[in-house]
Amino acid sequence: MAYFLQQMINGLTVGSMFGLIAIGYTMVYGIIGMVNFAHGDIFMVGGFIAIIAFMVLGLLGITWVPLALLCILILGMAFTALHGWVVERVAYRPLRGSNRLAPLISAIGMSIFLQNYVQLLQGARNKALPPIISGGIEVMDMGGFAVKLGYMQIVIVGLTIVLMIGFTLLISRTSLGRQQRACEQDMKMAWLLGVDVDRTIALTFVMGAGLAAVAGLVWLMYYGVIDFFVGYLAGIKAFTAAVLGGIGSLPGAMLGGILIGLIDTLWAGYFSNEYHDVATFAVLVLVLIFRPTGLLGKPEIEKV
Amino acid sequence: MLQVQGVHTFYGRIEALRGVDIDVKEGEIVALIGANGAGKSTLLMTICGSPRAAEGRVVFDGQDITRRPTHEIMRSGIAHAPEGRRIFPRMTVLENLQMGALAAKPEHFNEDMERVFGLFPILKSRQGQRGGTLSGGEQQMLAIARALMSRPRLLLLDEPSLGLAPMIVKHIFQIIRDINRATRATIFLVEQNAFHALKLAHRGYVMVNGKITMAGTGQELLANREVRAAYLEGGH
Repeated sequence: MAYFLQQMINGLTVGSMFGLIAIGYTMVYGIIGMVNFAHGDIFMVGGFIAIIAFMVLGLLGITWVPLALLCILILGMAFTALHGWVVERVAYRPLRGSNRLAPLISAIGMSIFLQNYVQLLQGARNKALPPIISGGIEVMDMGGFAVKLGYMQIVIVGLTIVLMIGFTLLISRTSLGRQQRACEQDMKMAWLLGVDVDRTIALTFVMGAGLAAVAGLVWLMYYGVIDFFVGYLAGIKAFTAAVLGGIGSLPGAMLGGILIGLIDTLWAGYFSNEYHDVATFAVLVLVLIFRPTGLLGKPEIEKV
Repeated sequence: MLQVQGVHTFYGRIEALRGVDIDVKEGEIVALIGANGAGKSTLLMTICGSPRAAEGRVVFDGQDITRRPTHEIMRSGIAHAPEGRRIFPRMTVLENLQMGALAAKPEHFNEDMERVFGLFPILKSRQGQRGGTLSGGEQQMLAIARALMSRPRLLLLDEPSLGLAPMIVKHIFQIIRDINRATRATIFLVEQNAFHALKLAHRGYVMVNGKITMAGTGQELLANREVRAAYLEGGH
């Protein structure tokens, strides 16, 4: 029981990070029907920008943790969003209106490019960060097994909840969110009502990259290491989360993220640590076979 | 107010418009009639810049808008209720209207909303309902209402009567006349329902295979023998 609870806490933490990344996949898919395979690498870039920001702030002598984190959060989101914007501008916009496969291939190319770009600039070795937020609360002690809830875990889940609420309000209540949904539902009509569709799509990439930046930052702080290849696996898992939740659906991405985090962690905790990735991708296969629209997704066909 | 001059438009290699000239004056209702596939909807969409005219010019308010981006054209005083209504299906009626108001000043929103609810009271009671769940007639009303939310000086309407019951068709045409009288908006509408359209319009054009073949006042065209034979008798 205690062990299970511990695994649930860990799974929820990991799932929050997957959820943050999955939103970027699902929103881009919703609007332009494309899987942005470079999104996992944008997340990785977010992690690297965070580690650079930590060093810069350390040199400047800003060491009060809440202030430093706030600065890094803002800087990380801004610079990662810039990467997202450039990727869209360079690799996807010129291909709009062409064959559906073209931007997909371009995305894979962009993914390879980003990995090599970071590898060249930052080196291929792991970058480590000493723990900034350590310690935790002992929730309970059962038969000698102490269930611990780390402060970092609280920060991750709390930050994710705040961002998800904010983001949901942005999409459902603001004019920008309405324009994004309009582009998703009928792009041509959106043009006809005066929506600058290109700008809206670019902003979608920027927002997705911003959330991925937060995921990159907390990933770095949680695991303490990052390398140029981390975006690959995390990206594909987040993509699996988006598909499980129903690609194109925002609440689906959040739900899918948490479920994938739990599956991943519970499998590793109860069965085999070597095969937890296999378990996650088995979920992807099963969902694609038996419920391609995902848990909260909507069927493709619309009443006209 | 709107001049279309020698416009050619292509869909791939198919020439949908083959040199079209149209002149719509301020405050008029002008109807464009013609058979299915004559290029009527293409003309309206070409005015909006999607698809673009390959040749010729579209002039609105004295400005050449032929090459301007669609969203800019739609923010310069033109609104379009296009073919198939294109209501956002997973947005509420209110959100659809908010989307229509994008090109208008935000401070006008409440006033304009009351105005379109005055024209279409049914929409008021359906405010929170999703667009995709409305009936065909309600969707058509919403499409016109949404277009009106931008306070257009030129309103383009594509087949406002398509697929509607005769009673509702009459109602919609009455409302189009009211809009023209009350807001002084210029209206350019495309119709297969030639009888109603020509009765309503000050002037009309007939389009055949991507070309304008006849023009005249509504009365003249209604009385014209060729028009009667092709579009009125045996038809609706």
